[in-house]
Amino acid sequence: MFKVPKVIDKIQFGVLSPDDVRKMSVLRVITADTYDDDGYPIEKGLMDQRLGVIDPGLKCKTCGQKFGDCSGHFGHIELARPVIHVGHAKDVHKILKSVCRDCGKLKLDDAQRQHYREQLEQTSDRLKSKETVIKEGMDKAAKSVCPWCGSDKRNIKFEKPYTFYEEWDEERNKLTPIDVRERLEKIPVEDYDLIGVNKDVSKPEWMVLTVLPVPPVTVRPSITLESSVRSEDDLTHKLVDIIRINQRLRENIDAGAPQLIVEDLWELLQYHVTTYFNNSTSGIPPARHRSGRILKTISQRLSGKEGRFRSNLSGKRVDFSARTVVSPDPYISINEVGVPEFVACELTVPERVTANNLEEMKKIVRNGPNKNPGANYIIRSDGRRKKITDTTKDDVAEELDVGFTVERQLRDGDIVLFNRQPSLHRLSIMAHEVRVMPYKTFRLNLCVCPPYNADFDGDEMNLHLPQTEEARSEAGIIMKVQENIISPRYGEPVIGGMQDYISGAYLMTRDGSEFPAEEVQESFYESGLLQNKIEVDAFNERKVWTGKELFEVLLPKDLSLEFRSKACRKCEKCEFENCKYDNYVVIKEGKLLKGVIDGAAFKARSSCKLLDKIVKDYGSDEGREFLDSVTKLIISIIMKVGLTTGIDDVDIPEEGLERIDEILENAHNKVLENIEAYNRGELEKQPGQTLEDTLENRIMAELAKARDNAGAAAEKYLGMKRHAVIMAKTGAKGNMLDLTQMAACLGQMTVRGKRLHRGYQERSLPHFKPGDRSAKARGFVSSSYRKGLSPTEFFFHSMGGREGLVDTAVRTAQSGYMQRRLINALQDLKVEKDRSVRDNSNNIIQFEYGEDGVDPSRSSYGEAVDIDWIIHKTVTMRKE
Amino acid sequence: MVDTSFIDAQLENQRENLTQFIVDKLKDKLYMANEKYSLSEDEVSSIIEDSTKAYEHSLVDPGEAVGTVAAQSLGEPGTQMTLNTFHYAGVADINVTLGLPRIIEIVDARKDPDTPVMRIYLNEESRGSREKAEEIVKEIEGTTIESISKSMKIDVINMSIVVELDNYKMEKQGLTIGDIKEKLYKLKKVESIEDEDNFLTLKAGDVSLMEIRKFFNRVRSHQLKGIKSVKRALIKKEGEEYVIYTEGSNLGEAFKIPGVDLTRSISNDIHEIQRVLGIEAARRSIVDEIKKTLEEQGLEVDIRHIMLLADLMTMEGEIKQIGRHGISGEKSSILARASFEVTTNHLMKAAKFGEIDPLSGVTENVIIGQPIPLGTGNVKLIMKK
Repeated sequence: MFKVPKVIDKIQFGVLSPDDVRKMSVLRVITADTYDDDGYPIEKGLMDQRLGVIDPGLKCKTCGQKFGDCSGHFGHIELARPVIHVGHAKDVHKILKSVCRDCGKLKLDDAQRQHYREQLEQTSDRLKSKETVIKEGMDKAAKSVCPWCGSDKRNIKFEKPYTFYEEWDEERNKLTPIDVRERLEKIPVEDYDLIGVNKDVSKPEWMVLTVLPVPPVTVRPSITLESSVRSEDDLTHKLVDIIRINQRLRENIDAGAPQLIVEDLWELLQYHVTTYFNNSTSGIPPARHRSGRILKTISQRLSGKEGRFRSNLSGKRVDFSARTVVSPDPYISINEVGVPEFVACELTVPERVTANNLEEMKKIVRNGPNKNPGANYIIRSDGRRKKITDTTKDDVAEELDVGFTVERQLRDGDIVLFNRQPSLHRLSIMAHEVRVMPYKTFRLNLCVCPPYNADFDGDEMNLHLPQTEEARSEAGIIMKVQENIISPRYGEPVIGGMQDYISGAYLMTRDGSEFPAEEVQESFYESGLLQNKIEVDAFNERKVWTGKELFEVLLPKDLSLEFRSKACRKCEKCEFENCKYDNYVVIKEGKLLKGVIDGAAFKARSSCKLLDKIVKDYGSDEGREFLDSVTKLIISIIMKVGLTTGIDDVDIPEEGLERIDEILENAHNKVLENIEAYNRGELEKQPGQTLEDTLENRIMAELAKARDNAGAAAEKYLGMKRHAVIMAKTGAKGNMLDLTQMAACLGQMTVRGKRLHRGYQERSLPHFKPGDRSAKARGFVSSSYRKGLSPTEFFFHSMGGREGLVDTAVRTAQSGYMQRRLINALQDLKVEKDRSVRDNSNNIIQFEYGEDGVDPSRSSYGEAVDIDWIIHKTVTMRKE
Repeated sequence: MVDTSFIDAQLENQRENLTQFIVDKLKDKLYMANEKYSLSEDEVSSIIEDSTKAYEHSLVDPGEAVGTVAAQSLGEPGTQMTLNTFHYAGVADINVTLGLPRIIEIVDARKDPDTPVMRIYLNEESRGSREKAEEIVKEIEGTTIESISKSMKIDVINMSIVVELDNYKMEKQGLTIGDIKEKLYKLKKVESIEDEDNFLTLKAGDVSLMEIRKFFNRVRSHQLKGIKSVKRALIKKEGEEYVIYTEGSNLGEAFKIPGVDLTRSISNDIHEIQRVLGIEAARRSIVDEIKKTLEEQGLEVDIRHIMLLADLMTMEGEIKQIGRHGISGEKSSILARASFEVTTNHLMKAAKFGEIDPLSGVTENVIIGQPIPLGTGNVKLIMKK
């Protein structure tokens, strides 16, 4: 049964010759109509049944196959007069210019030919460089007089999109496509290489069409509307036009009509053929449908984002996939994904029945299609498919034998690919293990949110089920979540704790936090650590556990590590392990001796030290286990301790508010002083700035200082007792600036980096006097969120906010395009076995990847080897 | 405590397995650790052995799609960058393009960057003194007649241009009326220049009103002194030395000025660097500029990704754009080019040239539905009979 796949080695491009067109045609189309009144295709019309079938039930008159099997057959139209192919018009012009009008030879003498041929030989295979040589040669030829027959030089003028004129002296003569074709025919084959035409597959005269291929009806199917009215494809419409004009042109020529009429019709034919190829050709009006809609012709079908290439060829639709809303589940592993039952019943994996799994498969088949894990189809040894239904399931199970294939439903432990758009990096698609669950959403561990950039406000994600053993093992080995904890972008964890995990870790491990043994036992049980990492006996002697003791249960037994925690105050003189704020973490041989665990230990995307070391030194299995258990433990603990935030978290006592008011008042006065100095003309100009800029800068600096001072004044009252502060300082959520904005003062609102000044003449709002430059009138918000904003302040604030929104919208578009270009340029590069980086033409980009051959995701902080760490490890081992 | 010669000897053994950079660093660190912890011979050997293992472990796998990873690593943070084009780069007030627009500008290899800036260091004699720096600034800073005049206008009745000079500014730039007149005479069409007090009157002979307007614009922007295209120069003290920052860039001319340190002065215009200092310098400057921009935004991207991009852009000896007119437009595969941009043009051209698509890249193989020749798709297995 195994088929050796056909491999396409290369694809040759070329121009179709008229003979080729006739040869591949099954029919010369001569009737401009499609269907007759009874709805039957007209013989020799555009919908002739020999061109393929689009109606189910009918048979193709050429190959006898049914709809869906017959891919259709080409027909052709004999053009009454030749027309220029628009796509080649520019090339035709270049060729016409560089060949002799009489003898047809390229206007270069032997020496010159020799020269360019040598150059062609020497240039690389790259099209671009050959093109340059050819262009150079042709330009040279265009400027010379024919060295072979010496006929006088005439200029060929090209008028877009498809008209050629010959100009000499004061005269001007239009070249008809017949003339053009004649000249191109005269070019000797030996000259083809120098005009850039491959003699094996193309001839220049074929760029002028005498026969037009008619694509099969399968390419341009007509659709039947509800009212049983047939609606034809745009291409068919265009072909009807072409045939009709072609017919009229022929009749007129045969009837010996005046030259003028023939020329007009000829021009019209040219127009229709042109728009048939490309309906957005500049210089001519686009062909329209009767309704006024612009027709989508061949070029439009291929190009652009919705075109054939980008939409259908580079992007493909797939089976065995699912999409639904995601929601969090902190109790599943980071490696897992919760798949709803109804999805699991729909997705299947083909599994071969062998002697070893026969019984298992029978059991699965007996479950039927509606009970997971069941099966939906079986494929018998002879290749026949059989659907399993609730009524047939037992019979099918009996019939099952070695050599059959069972299309079994998704079950626990299967490897699937999970993806969230926009897929900006490779971590946007990772492999998970399935956990079939009730309800309707995909379930996701919270630690995996950062790489997907997922949240749960309605995000949907996609799931794909690999169908072959090879694909599954590949996904499991290299795409598994645990293998991607370290980002290839900067070599540090992108998967890790966030939000409550961080603040929870702080609450658990800070000095003085203690838990009674019963609670601890409960927590360990809840998080599945009891008897896994710790024995029940451990609770016998001890009455009270410190949070640090709890945490060290999760650490590898031989880990020694020191680092500063996130809340580190960056004192001038660091006391290291004697830090009085407990912000210096010391782990020795798996014991957490000092320091509080917070963002710096295991927060995703933040150079977290502990997680980084565990993953890199102990491997990804250990890393996954650490994350799984630490998060579960913390959830249990934080539920006991409790963490919340409310408006009272940013309450400031009366004296503090007075102090803040005072600071702001002072700033306002200073601003006014500056303005007065400016008005009096006493303000000193800063070099390279106008006087007004100087004033603005000074005011901005003054107000920024005021905001900082007000913030600092408020911060004095914002101690670690307040939960919002805990969140900010540990790196769980928000920062101190956010808090001071809530407690003290929002500060200056800006648009494009300037104070707000537009809206009305000389003022931002009609509440102020024209020309008022004071802080209040230019968008300084002195209220806090806690206090509430005045109407004008609120308006200013939304102005600043609006800019942010516009910025984001513009930025996504710009960075998206940049990324598309980057990917397109770099995608073919790969590391070879000699560690050089080469592209697909085997050009060497780098002799050694990154100059040291190191994979960033395996580096430590960008460096190949973390020598300090190795020394540290060696030395600590010694002190045992 | 082991003897340093032991460390050296041990390192020498591993030289083949490590890079020079790591060997040097290992040596330094081992010397230091030896002082601090007085290592034993076994420990030294084990540290070196562990380092070698760690290095071997960190090497890339053959077939790795490093290009795609690099592109993603540079593209993904794009969504997090600011769009704020202008920012003050610390220095008094020279505007530089930052954030996403700057990255796009570099990747596009744009010929005229939005905000060309030079950072000029001074040579050993001059770098310590502000006076020297100011002298050099005078040489550098572009001075037009407009920048040293209080007002300029066209006298329509006499068909002449009247310039009111600013003495203070002239003095600052070290220009005299004589100098200015001499420079202005070099302009075409100038017939006579009269000076009275601080007024210069330029006559341009018999011209129409249209012409005198054009002439006025030419006079206004006529370079009297300094480097062309440098609009402004500022001095900043960095540590012990004075550094000149300029708005507008012209490295070639700046290098001709005595007192300028040729080894360190640099521009942010990549094409200019290529012209003046060569392609290797340009490559380096692409790396530095991207790195600087990303760092400024607080984004971490491994330097290897940036180097790969820079190497690709400069591989053929000239700076090539990432995009239709550069790398993507010169790919060997027709299908890859067609699926990027301007689809039909590429197909037409391919037909005429009778091109053959070797189907060796990623896009082509996706299009025809075959495994891509990267990573696991690059590995061929042959069954043993």
